[in-house]
Amino acid sequence: MDASVRELSYSQAIQEAMALAMEADDRVFLMGEDIGVYGGAFQVTGDLVDRFGSERVMDTPISELGGAGVAVGAAMTGMRPIFEFQFSDFATLAMEQIVNQAAKMRFMLGGEVSVPVVMRFPAGSGTGAAAQHSQSLEAWLGHVPGLKVIQPATPHDVKGMLLAAVADPDPVMIFEHKLLYKMKGPVPEGHYTVPIGKAEVRREGRDLTIVATSIMVHKALEAAEALAAEGIDIEIVDLRTIRPMDKDTIIASVKKTSRLLCVYEAVKTLGIGAEVSAAVAESEAFDYLDAPIVRLGGAETPIPYNPELEKATVPQVPDIVAAARDLVRGKR
Amino acid sequence: MATAKKKADEEQSNLPFAYRQYSTAELKEVLRKMYLIRRFEEGAEDSYMRGLIHGTMHLSIGQEASAMGICMPLTTDDQITSTHRGHGHCIAKGADVKRMFAEFFGKTTGYCKGRGGSMHIADVSIGNLGANGIVGGGIPIAVGAALSAKRMKTGKVVVSFFGDGANNEGAFHEALNMASIWKLPVIFVCENNGYGMSTSTERSTAVKNIAERAAAYSMPGVIVNGNIFSEVAEASHAAVERARAGEGPTLIESKTYRYRGHSKSDRNRYRTKEEIEDWISNRDPIMLFENELKEFGVIDENGIEAIRASVRAEIEAGIEFAKASPSPQTSDLANFVYTEQA
Ligand SMILES: Cc1ncc(C[n+]2csc(CCOP(=O)(O)OP(=O)(O)O)c2C)c(N)n1
Ligand SMILES: [Mg+2]
Repeated sequence: MDASVRELSYSQAIQEAMALAMEADDRVFLMGEDIGVYGGAFQVTGDLVDRFGSERVMDTPISELGGAGVAVGAAMTGMRPIFEFQFSDFATLAMEQIVNQAAKMRFMLGGEVSVPVVMRFPAGSGTGAAAQHSQSLEAWLGHVPGLKVIQPATPHDVKGMLLAAVADPDPVMIFEHKLLYKMKGPVPEGHYTVPIGKAEVRREGRDLTIVATSIMVHKALEAAEALAAEGIDIEIVDLRTIRPMDKDTIIASVKKTSRLLCVYEAVKTLGIGAEVSAAVAESEAFDYLDAPIVRLGGAETPIPYNPELEKATVPQVPDIVAAARDLVRGKR
Repeated sequence: MATAKKKADEEQSNLPFAYRQYSTAELKEVLRKMYLIRRFEEGAEDSYMRGLIHGTMHLSIGQEASAMGICMPLTTDDQITSTHRGHGHCIAKGADVKRMFAEFFGKTTGYCKGRGGSMHIADVSIGNLGANGIVGGGIPIAVGAALSAKRMKTGKVVVSFFGDGANNEGAFHEALNMASIWKLPVIFVCENNGYGMSTSTERSTAVKNIAERAAAYSMPGVIVNGNIFSEVAEASHAAVERARAGEGPTLIESKTYRYRGHSKSDRNRYRTKEEIEDWISNRDPIMLFENELKEFGVIDENGIEAIRASVRAEIEAGIEFAKASPSPQTSDLANFVYTEQA
């Protein structure tokens, strides 16, 4: 391992990216609920307030709509705010500013402004926080032209993609799965970017393509290792960005493997899996398919509180193993 | 000598604010701009009737003094956010009616290159951050712009225009609270024209005067007669001064009236003809201002006629410019969704 690469957790990687961005550019500042001395609900900002002061690590009142609007206005007028939602679920209170204002301002004004705002959304289930603190709403925002929506899956990627987001002239929405915050991985020191809009092949294989997002990338990797013992060779595409979606990487992979399984935590219907499936069905990769496309997504229910029910709501490793095995063995 | 000077000073101080504050040339220009707003609205309405403009529009006829008075102390560095009823704000902030008409006609020469239309009219180059199709949408954005001004120490102040209807949106309350706790250089201007579409403030709003809501956010709440230019300008000057001095926001309630329907679909069933007629005949902002100008000897009837003629010519030229301008290509549909990157 390169001397300048250390093991960091996902949340440390985010914190390091934000610190680097603030060091490099006076216009960058953080806004959010309890991100100052408290350190953020998930301790992502941690002690940054001690280093950068309360003007640049700025606590807001519990005002998601107004706060998002302030971030949009500041971004339109020369600043580079990074706005933290305490939970991604609270995007619902700020939809007006995200969807009607941030996403469309440049377009409505004929290119006369840009809105370089970054919004961070702690997302997903698995923490026992029940239905209003566990959702995966990334596809909602992925449906809106003008926004860029990313779901980095590793500490390396979240640092590089956050730095890319801060440098991006357009609004970038980052969905961070809460169960990833403590996950460790190699992270280079210093400034680097990981491009928005590029998927990454995490594992090469011949028999099946799994396109996965966020935490499901790790579950899919686990499933692939288990199936390797059975002689099944799986390729894993980490989508990383859902808007704009890197269809080329998906199509190239499916042309190679001839089978597609899509795995994501959000509610299955009308979601990312449909979009990925359609990208393949509408492309030349369709002729290469040897089996129907399969989607594994969240159940059609709110996230329940009971831990066993909660687990049953979203795809788990055994579900992925079973679905992948069936696909490759021709049982679908 | 001394007594003569004292007498002159006394006379001076009895004059309304605007006549102490502005030169004759400036006052004439205010009248010209008020006419420009009114004739622009009439020109837009007429073009709509002729089918030259599609969509809908919200005319600000009757509210000209409010837009002009508020914008008087602003420089082109200062910024505003505006509303669906924003043509007057746009002109008062210094926009060119040619490019406004071009926008309404959907042409590439328009302020938004034909992508925004009436409801998103803007001129960022002179500090108009845009009208807004969402009631209350611009209020938090103005607070964000004021945050930028404070952080970057630009000395800018930001005005957020909105209607009486907007004061019942959560965005209004969240924005005023944040502006106050952070002492930002922003002025909230509620143009209370009595109705949000058909719903009167009596039916929609728990307080009698919207300015009272300022108390909840520890800022001054000022009520002005929005049809008297001088009163509006005086309140705006005080609020701008306070903002520039770093003392924080002000809420100004400018009480006014719209003559036309809410938009093109309005059948005016929620108010009486007599009420509308009363405002037009007795409280028209242009009439009131002209009377004062004549009374204080700033202008005579010939001077006013000259202004009307020059405005008429400017409006006609604006419409001709818009008609003659090119439409965007459908092949350029995807432009401006994202920033073009090399
Ligand atoms: C959030 C939202 N709700 C409703 C509307 C529809 N609408 C447009 S203008 C308007 C009335 C607004 O009243 P007010 O704020 O008093 O402004 P005015 O039209 O009187 O200038 C309504 C209900 C909207 N555009 N946005
Ligand atoms: Mg109104």
